[in-house]
Amino acid sequence: MGKKLMKGSEAIGEAAVHAGCKLFFGYPITPQNEIPEYMSRRLPQVGGTFVQAESEVAASNMIYGAAGSGERVFTSSSSPGISLMQEGISYIAGSELPVVLVNIMRAGPGLGGILPSQSDYFQSTKGGGHGDYRLLVLAPWSVQEAADLVQDAFDLADYYRNPVLVLGDGLIGQMMEPVEFKEDRRPCKELPPKDWAATGCKGDRPTNIINSLFLDPQALEHHNEKLHAKYETMCREEVRCAEYGTDEDYDLLIVAYGTVARVCSGSIEDLKDQGVKAAMIRPISLFPFPYEAVRKASEKAKAVLVVELSTGQMVEDVRLALEGTKPIYFYGRTGGMLATPEEIAGVGRDVLEGKRQEVRNA
Amino acid sequence: MPETVFCRPEALAAVNTHYCPGCTHGVIHRLVAEVVDELGVRERTVGIAPVGCSVLAYNYFTTDFHEASHGRAPAVATGVKRARPDLVVFAYQGDGDLASIGMAEIVHCANRGEKVTVVFVNNAIYGMTGGQMAPTTMPGQVATTCPLGRDVDQAGYPIRVAELLSTLRTPAYIARASVHTPLYTAGAKAMIRTAFRHQVEGTCFSLVEVLSTCPTNWGIPPAEATKWLEENMLPYYPLGIFKTPDGKDRAPSPIVP
Repeated sequence: MGKKLMKGSEAIGEAAVHAGCKLFFGYPITPQNEIPEYMSRRLPQVGGTFVQAESEVAASNMIYGAAGSGERVFTSSSSPGISLMQEGISYIAGSELPVVLVNIMRAGPGLGGILPSQSDYFQSTKGGGHGDYRLLVLAPWSVQEAADLVQDAFDLADYYRNPVLVLGDGLIGQMMEPVEFKEDRRPCKELPPKDWAATGCKGDRPTNIINSLFLDPQALEHHNEKLHAKYETMCREEVRCAEYGTDEDYDLLIVAYGTVARVCSGSIEDLKDQGVKAAMIRPISLFPFPYEAVRKASEKAKAVLVVELSTGQMVEDVRLALEGTKPIYFYGRTGGMLATPEEIAGVGRDVLEGKRQEVRNA
Repeated sequence: MPETVFCRPEALAAVNTHYCPGCTHGVIHRLVAEVVDELGVRERTVGIAPVGCSVLAYNYFTTDFHEASHGRAPAVATGVKRARPDLVVFAYQGDGDLASIGMAEIVHCANRGEKVTVVFVNNAIYGMTGGQMAPTTMPGQVATTCPLGRDVDQAGYPIRVAELLSTLRTPAYIARASVHTPLYTAGAKAMIRTAFRHQVEGTCFSLVEVLSTCPTNWGIPPAEATKWLEENMLPYYPLGIFKTPDGKDRAPSPIVP
């Protein structure tokens, strides 16, 4: 199959179908309505089922039920809707079920706005719902990468029995780019059988119970330790990032993810044209965060500039990565406002000329 | 060789329950298990347990189970049934779970016509959390969050779930039963069997509301609790079949035990 021009939201939906997902439960919210709309017409063609839930709360509990029966399932939403789904997500993580979630982030807090944002980084990577759990979080910077990561997300979810979140923003959802789906794609993990699924206890099989309730505190502590060990394995095995220009010399290292990283790649070219040596590292997995790679990439730089569509969330992980070894600067736009390559290049020059303040504890 | 005339249903686990003396959850569990056995569907049944006194229901049946979050059992049941239409899926919920926090989920599950069965146990109070007022608590009934009795000026009148859901056109079967005497219990079993049969035959959504006692949180002995149910709940919560698949039956057809 050759390349096809597709809108990001539709490519995400088609990627799920390619990954063998035949179940979608979701609720409309801008700017991701094209995903449920696409699934509502596409899934019946492959013998699948689309259900428009009465709310995101219900949708998150429907995917909990569907995942517990061992079938591949996915939902998508945007920031306020993802907040409502946190109940189900916490139960899904606690019950160790594989689901794929897509958040096409919009600006907040509250009802906020409908334009692109990256202000759900904390919610995505540091928990979101109640309890000690993590999502595996993948952030694409192009429509093709969104399609690829969604397919990987299903394999990773099944492998780890954990929810995987593909974190995009309004730009990823709305823009059109060429996409290719490989017919001979192999799963990115060797997938274990789903012998834990609640599918009716035929024959001698003991009953399977999908559950996150542990009234015995010792049993719950054991369960939390088991989950934590799983997250530690993810931290060893699932770190993903991409580097741009780091094999040359540079004074400025930019750290950015998602579509903002794409803007920053233009800034690097602008800076080079002006004789400023700059490189970029782009975290693709936000949990696990590429701490070691960011630290290593910072070694050649005089300063590190973190750029986000927020007032500074990922920058906290960059500070953890660098442990005070390099000065860190931050530039963010919010509310749905985007930065231009020239704007970020200007900030980069100011950083190197000592015209900006380092990020410090308030 | 004597003939076995009474034994534990295969679908009911051979364990003791945690339910209080005089609580009817155990009776209702048994009715569900008997029906599952009689229909021969145990090995393809998946139950959904609620949050409330019956949160541990998954320990009391020998079928696969999901534990749901508070009020969401109908959404979880939807997910299971849509993923695996070959399974028999039932949700078991109390009145705080279904009629308060889970009202949206039960209404929309019923209205979409999910082919699942809901067993709704109404004991007019929050049991597990210690006796707070429920949407089904009777006017004047004392609870820990209405210590002077339910004030209908503040809290409104109790919600009649079977009547409310029977206004929907989609569902196949909505009924209300009680288990406070053996005779009423026999009627309840017939309704639960009909409800499951509608699912097995693929008709549509079915729900049986079962009136239940809570001597612990009502603060009266079990024998008085059954009397209290009969005198206070039966007049307000009439028993009967509120909805059948023909879509015509709206008025309850009272059963005379």
